[in-house]
Amino acid sequence: MVEFLLPKDSRVRKTGITYKAPGGATNIKKFKVYRYNPDAGENPRIDTYEVDLDTCGPMVLDAIIKIKNEQDSTLTFRRSCREGVCGSCAMNIDGTNTLACTKPIDEIKGDVKIFPLPHMPVVKDLVPDLNLTYSQYRDIEPWLKADTAAPNQERLQSEADRAKLDGLWECILCFCCQTSCPSYWWNSERYLGPAVLLQAYRWLADSRDEAKEERLEALEDPFRLYRCHTIMNCTMACPKGLNPGKAIAEIKKLQLERRG
Amino acid sequence: MDMRSHLGRARGLGSAKEGYDHWWGQRLTSIAMVPLSFWFVYSMVGLIGADYETLLAWAGTHGNALMMVLFVMTLFHHLNAGVQVIIEDYVHTEWLKIASLIVVKYGCIALALSCIIAVLRLAFGG
Repeated sequence: MVEFLLPKDSRVRKTGITYKAPGGATNIKKFKVYRYNPDAGENPRIDTYEVDLDTCGPMVLDAIIKIKNEQDSTLTFRRSCREGVCGSCAMNIDGTNTLACTKPIDEIKGDVKIFPLPHMPVVKDLVPDLNLTYSQYRDIEPWLKADTAAPNQERLQSEADRAKLDGLWECILCFCCQTSCPSYWWNSERYLGPAVLLQAYRWLADSRDEAKEERLEALEDPFRLYRCHTIMNCTMACPKGLNPGKAIAEIKKLQLERRG
Repeated sequence: MDMRSHLGRARGLGSAKEGYDHWWGQRLTSIAMVPLSFWFVYSMVGLIGADYETLLAWAGTHGNALMMVLFVMTLFHHLNAGVQVIIEDYVHTEWLKIASLIVVKYGCIALALSCIIAVLRLAFGG
């Protein structure tokens, strides 16, 4: 059966460390952060960091960078652009997968609970192992495929055809949607997941691509594509406001169209 | 320990090159179930308190028998398709998955045939 409980070694311990805010701080917010160190041989725990919001930037990423700089340098997480473009700081904040850099602290009532992206192996603290997902992305061959000889200029596309890529090209591969999807949790090795399927549709929707048949054949599978049950967690989670659920529906419509 | 490469895991056994029929069948039967269910409930409510002769007369018309057979076939096709997906989603023990799928499939076929035989017996005066 699907495992609804975490494996024994992954269950979160009750006792964590509390890091107090410096004396004199009046505007304190508690950040409860998932901690796991594979070298320690211990189960994960939740540490509590008291952050003085008067000396902290507005976003959750500002707070965890401040924690790392001032309170606990061992806290491990990915971050890069700090403006919602790179997708590195995707994590589960206040129960929803999102980007720490675009999530304002003041949108969160009570303590800020931060976990790594759900249902992925954890490398350390807030860093999930995304290797399988990256390989699934690799497997849909996310590049333009054309047999027509390359012209001496760009491959042209009408404005209307270019518009079909809007809502698809903006995906930054943060995998907030991918790891919010129960179908992906239960069958991650066989279901491609919303992020990878949105990317697959990005190439199916591209008027310049000549490998539609090959792409649709590779997707035609009860698990790879049809494991999507339109739960729509993906669309709810996307920090860029994209709609992977709709992209998957469009692929299913193409499967219908080429038969009808 | 799984020593396969990530790409090897992602590719697995490859595409089954099917899945469309199951998905489309499930969608079509779910749409068909809307009017059929309304018709069935409406008809059954109309037969509350009716005696056996009235029921026989109702079931004996061509239209009602046809609708009952359509209702039963659609219902069990949809039931089988839906439960199959649930089993594939959640049951990961291979033998248990296959055994459950067989039980559900033949269970649905047996129940559907049983219902259809009952409808025909009523229609042809049992």
